[in-house]
Amino acid sequence: MSTAHVLLGLLAGGPRHGYDLKRAHDERLPQAKPLAYGQVYATLGRLERDGFVEQSGQEQEGGPERTAYTLTDSGRDRLTEWLTEIEPPAPYVTSTLFAKVVVALLAADADRAREYLTAQRIAHMTRLRELTAVKTAPGATVGDVVAADYAIGHLDADLRWLQTTLARVADLQKEVIA
Amino acid sequence: MTAPLLTGTGITKDYGATPALRGVDLSVAEGEIVAVTGPSGCGKSTLLHCLAGILRTDRGSVIFRDQDIGSWSEAARSRLRRTEFGVLFQFGQMVPELTAAENVALPLLLAGSGRREAREAALAWLDRFGVADVADQMPGAMSGGQQQRCAVARAMVTRPRVLFADEPTGALDQLNGEQVMLAIVRAVREEGTAVVLVTHEAPVAAYADREIVLRDGAVDPTGLGVGAP
Repeated sequence: MSTAHVLLGLLAGGPRHGYDLKRAHDERLPQAKPLAYGQVYATLGRLERDGFVEQSGQEQEGGPERTAYTLTDSGRDRLTEWLTEIEPPAPYVTSTLFAKVVVALLAADADRAREYLTAQRIAHMTRLRELTAVKTAPGATVGDVVAADYAIGHLDADLRWLQTTLARVADLQKEVIA
Repeated sequence: MTAPLLTGTGITKDYGATPALRGVDLSVAEGEIVAVTGPSGCGKSTLLHCLAGILRTDRGSVIFRDQDIGSWSEAARSRLRRTEFGVLFQFGQMVPELTAAENVALPLLLAGSGRREAREAALAWLDRFGVADVADQMPGAMSGGQQQRCAVARAMVTRPRVLFADEPTGALDQLNGEQVMLAIVRAVREEGTAVVLVTHEAPVAAYADREIVLRDGAVDPTGLGVGAP
């Protein structure tokens, strides 16, 4: 995920200063890593340099003076462009999970591969339960549920793979050590 | 750890010459959600039926609150399923000739509640599961998701101590399944109801506090439910 594009998106509704952007980011994307202020200002600096945002005045409400930023036409175009770009489907076949099974077969045997798959499944199920608990927690927002669902979908795909691969370990071994 | 509410020990069940369960142990604590998972034909539905007293075990015992329900008469076990146990199947199994509210009120009427009181409780539960608007509709006029929510309301209306749910989302699309699971889990957490949840889907099993995996009628210690070919 690109922090710069998220900031452009947050500015689409009108000018905001850095502190406000950080708060809005953390609130809208609760499962993302909270933004550091330094990162917000560094990103705004780059966006300003590239002409996607510009300073639109100072604001002072009983606190320190803050610089508000506004989306430029060029920034709006960049945002539209980003939203129409399709993300490449990730090549999960190259994942570490698959590599470990093959290496287990090469370096040890089918039992070692099965032990790994079994232990990995337990770890995946534990994480799946933690994410699901977020959804049923009292006061969970739609945002919490949607964010958890994204991770749950990926873990579920891994779990299906772990299960079917376990059933195929013996056949895979024949191929790997042939 | 509190004493288990429901304990199955050495549960064994054959269908003719085919063994369905071969000595399964499972205990459920008060308010605990336990998922029973495993591949098709592993015996998970049979286990649920035995624990709920729908089927008699061939060997082994099912103890609910210190009582061996396996020794009870069919009538006594049936009464248990109308009071302390709630049962929910994959296809809601609503009575087609009754409205949603009448379906939900049914267990209370069978347990001796008055008509008005039963309807009030039914409406409250339908509201809790977001289907109050279909209270006076027949099941045939409702969507699959609505029917299943009504079925959950009917299973919970007697405020059972254990809810037995057999593939409760199996007939639903993903979003409806999700919403039904969220509704079930929120309700049982509020009520402190224990749940035995049979499913073959990991994301559904993840709603449980704990999971046991069956394979060929026995608990699979590897937790994968798949054997080496």
